[in-house]
Amino acid sequence: MSHGELPLFYVFHFYLFGIIAIASALAFVTRKSPVAAALWLVNTMFSLAALFVLLDAQFIGVIQVLVYAGAIMVVFLFVIMLLNLGHASEIADARGMGWKLAAGLVGLALLAQMFALTRARVPESLALPYGAVAEQVAAQGVIAPVAGPLFNEYLLAFEVTSVLLLAAVVGAVVLGKRRGSADAR
Amino acid sequence: MLAESLFFSAVLFTIGVVGVLTRRNAIIVFMCVELMLNAVNLTFVAFARVYGVAGQVFVFFVMTVAAAEAAVGLAIIIALFRHKQTVDLSNINLLKG
Amino acid sequence: MLLQHAATAGAHPLEGTVASYLWLLPLLPLLGFVLNGLLSLTSAFHLGPDDPGADHGHDSHAAAAHDESGGGAHGDDHHPVQRHRHAGLVSLIGPGVLIAAFGLALAIFMAMRGLGEMHAPFVQRYFSWMPVGDLVVDASFQLDQLSMVMVLIITGVGALIHLFSVGYMQDDPGYPRYFAYLNLFVFFMLVLVLGANYPILFIGWEGVGLCSYLLIGFWFSEKANADAGKKAFIVNRIGDFGFLIAMFMLFANLGRLDFAGVNATIGQLPFGGVVVTAICLFLFLGCAGKSAQIPLYVWLPDAMAGPTPVSALIHAATMVTAGVYLIARSNVLFSMAPVAGLTVVLIGGLTALFAASIGLKQWDIKKVLAYSTVSQLGYMFVGVGSGAYVAGVFHLMTHAFFKALLFLGSGSVIYAMHAAYHATHSHEDAQDMRNMGGMKKYMPITWVLMWGATLAIAGVPPFAGFFSKDEILGSVFLRATHSTLADARWLGIPGNYVLYLVYVMGLAAAFMTAVYMTRMMIYTFHGPNRTGDKEREHLREAPWIMTGPLVVLGVLSVIGGWFNIPAALPVGPIGALEHWLEPVVGESTLRVAGGTLPEASHSLEYLLIAVAIVIALAGIGFAFARLKPQRLVPKAQAPAEHGFGLVLENKYYVDEAYDAAVVQPVVGVSRGLLWRGVDVGLIDRLTRLLVQSKDDDAAPGAVPMGGWMTRAVGYLGSQLQSGRVGTYAWVLVVGVLFVLGAFSFR
Repeated sequence: MSHGELPLFYVFHFYLFGIIAIASALAFVTRKSPVAAALWLVNTMFSLAALFVLLDAQFIGVIQVLVYAGAIMVVFLFVIMLLNLGHASEIADARGMGWKLAAGLVGLALLAQMFALTRARVPESLALPYGAVAEQVAAQGVIAPVAGPLFNEYLLAFEVTSVLLLAAVVGAVVLGKRRGSADAR
Repeated sequence: MLAESLFFSAVLFTIGVVGVLTRRNAIIVFMCVELMLNAVNLTFVAFARVYGVAGQVFVFFVMTVAAAEAAVGLAIIIALFRHKQTVDLSNINLLKG
Repeated sequence: MLLQHAATAGAHPLEGTVASYLWLLPLLPLLGFVLNGLLSLTSAFHLGPDDPGADHGHDSHAAAAHDESGGGAHGDDHHPVQRHRHAGLVSLIGPGVLIAAFGLALAIFMAMRGLGEMHAPFVQRYFSWMPVGDLVVDASFQLDQLSMVMVLIITGVGALIHLFSVGYMQDDPGYPRYFAYLNLFVFFMLVLVLGANYPILFIGWEGVGLCSYLLIGFWFSEKANADAGKKAFIVNRIGDFGFLIAMFMLFANLGRLDFAGVNATIGQLPFGGVVVTAICLFLFLGCAGKSAQIPLYVWLPDAMAGPTPVSALIHAATMVTAGVYLIARSNVLFSMAPVAGLTVVLIGGLTALFAASIGLKQWDIKKVLAYSTVSQLGYMFVGVGSGAYVAGVFHLMTHAFFKALLFLGSGSVIYAMHAAYHATHSHEDAQDMRNMGGMKKYMPITWVLMWGATLAIAGVPPFAGFFSKDEILGSVFLRATHSTLADARWLGIPGNYVLYLVYVMGLAAAFMTAVYMTRMMIYTFHGPNRTGDKEREHLREAPWIMTGPLVVLGVLSVIGGWFNIPAALPVGPIGALEHWLEPVVGESTLRVAGGTLPEASHSLEYLLIAVAIVIALAGIGFAFARLKPQRLVPKAQAPAEHGFGLVLENKYYVDEAYDAAVVQPVVGVSRGLLWRGVDVGLIDRLTRLLVQSKDDDAAPGAVPMGGWMTRAVGYLGSQLQSGRVGTYAWVLVVGVLFVLGAFSFR
């Protein structure tokens, strides 16, 4: 599976979106203003969605935009604005230089270890023939390859997740409620 | 494209970790966590391309859980803000023992 | 209870007979211990005259040098005789279990005799006790001719002494406790002689040592008595160490610890080699401790602090004979190590002579008997050490009879003296012979019986001691001419010289024995009475519960020697005991004797017998001639000794020498170095350094460090619980790094 087999168009865009994702992430982490940071994160997510599409996960890519960028990040922005935290000057910056340096070292160490771990390989016997997923997509459409396992092998997980969402909704409502009568207690 | 995807994923994840360790604004820390989850999603999708579509199903679930977690977490931050008028993590030490 | 039997061809002939109840034999006294112990405990919390812990007012009457406090009747006007609440029940249980055990022993003995010849021991295995790797130690009992003899002696003489104690201890507030301990002792002693392997024997060995300690210090409210108990236990322990080393060596070299196995496999070791000799010497170290031989005899005279029946049972008839039994039981081992045999013989002879000489100048009647016991034990070791196992066991048996009689008789005398002194509130020493005299007028039965015992111990025929002592001395003499011992060399000295020397020592000791025993009789029973005019009215014979057993023992002291009449005197059953013990010790006796039993010509035998009788009679005559009881004065007015007599009276200053050489250095090191140096100087100082805070009072010389270490550790700990999320995140990430690191570097 070398780059020689793949079209240049493909490879170029892969690297492009990858670099954009990383650059946006770096920008996100270094913003002083939460709103700016949130928007940079949205950009990262868009880039990742593009990467998903390039990796034969078109449905997931779209879901990424719809759910992650479109819902979750919007909630973040709502909360920022609700609490009026948008101004950069109101919240102090990150910790001191020493801490940043230490964090940087930790990050490098983590990265190094993750690269060391690439020595471990999943056995080749598990690998599908090249392009198997793409064929599935071509045959059944974009959604069907994901939906099939979802409602068959992983049905239990699916149901449990729905319960999880219910719990989350209830929890969010309860926690976010203004405690008018509760304060009197 | 597996190796490149894993590389990107690792870098994004590390940026998220550094952000968690460095920033003091609770909401930004939260968003760094979301970044880490995204990096993991990229890993899963990259592996799904080679080892089967079950990886994408897992991404589905990750997103769902992330959504739920975001909702609850932000509700907590709102409650915290109402209590302490700040989201600065260094001031939040009610569990100090 | 699982009864499994020794792997002989077919079942043992004693199977299914009354001998299957062998386990009941020690269980009966154990039951007595439990019941009497419970009775003792139930009354322990009841304050009043019954309280064993309450200082019985009359105990303080004892003079400082008095060894025995309390005991005996205390009837007088201001304190009426009060028996213990449970005295009646205890009097039934205590002697009762012993009599039952003796009855069972007799029945088993009859069963054994009915068999005719019994070549293999009857072993009952109850359960597997210590299966550890290659070593298999079972809880089993073994019954053979040797243990049968011991069992009969223990239960028989023990029962008589229990009956005597009913009278002797009747007013003691610790009456049930006494019988509980006495029963426990008999239990352990039976375990000792019935054990089928060395560890079980050792359990009994240790147990009797414990009971000895408990009974010596029975009146522990007097410090001297408690100290005597401690001394006995500690000196014994030194011997036990030797025993343990011997067991370790047996296991290391043979892999077996049961008697059958050891006897079967010891032949693999080289004859007379270092290993066998070392094992035997270490065993003998144990015997020296338990049976009071040089150099570990020092506890026995002090043990007279206990009640007199205890001295009779434990320190005359049974416990101290455990060492002799051990060597007899290990006869196969000892027959393989001539050098060890020579050592035993030499030390035995030396002890016999040494202790007899001390007995010549003792004034306390019990001390005389104590040293006499040590001396007679020396004889027994001469017997078993020279390979004449039958002779040694024979003397063990006769000695049990007449020594118990002597002790109990002296107990009756002391009982009467105590009664006399309490009636007049005198504080004199009731055990000192200088305060006695002419007792034959007041205690005629005791007088006659004690003379019987004295003649027995002196070795006058036809009394018991003559036969056994003569057999030992004769055996030594004969083996000096022809045996493996004679052929061996002891530290370069030829064996036969050693044996002849020991024979001479034995004769000298026999002479001294006759002298000091007669001296004791003369000063106590003959001549004028020195007790005092007022006290004299209260001297009378002891009650029948005490005198009865004396009579029985007296009879045994006469006829006891007829169990093993030598061939030269065909007046009765010749060599009955020798024939009885032949399956157990016969082979070893032959091996030591060099293949053939030493046969003395009848004329030589008659000569040896004549020498023994002459010496005995000479001793008695010498005592009568030289000692003038009229010249004695009561202890309070007695003049001090001088010259060599002073040395003898002070027992050659051995105790003082041990104290200076061993005890004081140990105490000095403990106190000076370990306590002051290490404990106070080092450890306390270090602790103060680390823990003390500024507020504490500073000890002189210690620098207060503010308890910095405690605070530092506390501070570090508190950092983990900061409550700050950021910190937690850091900890989490660092943890992940570690885990990933572990995976990366796999």
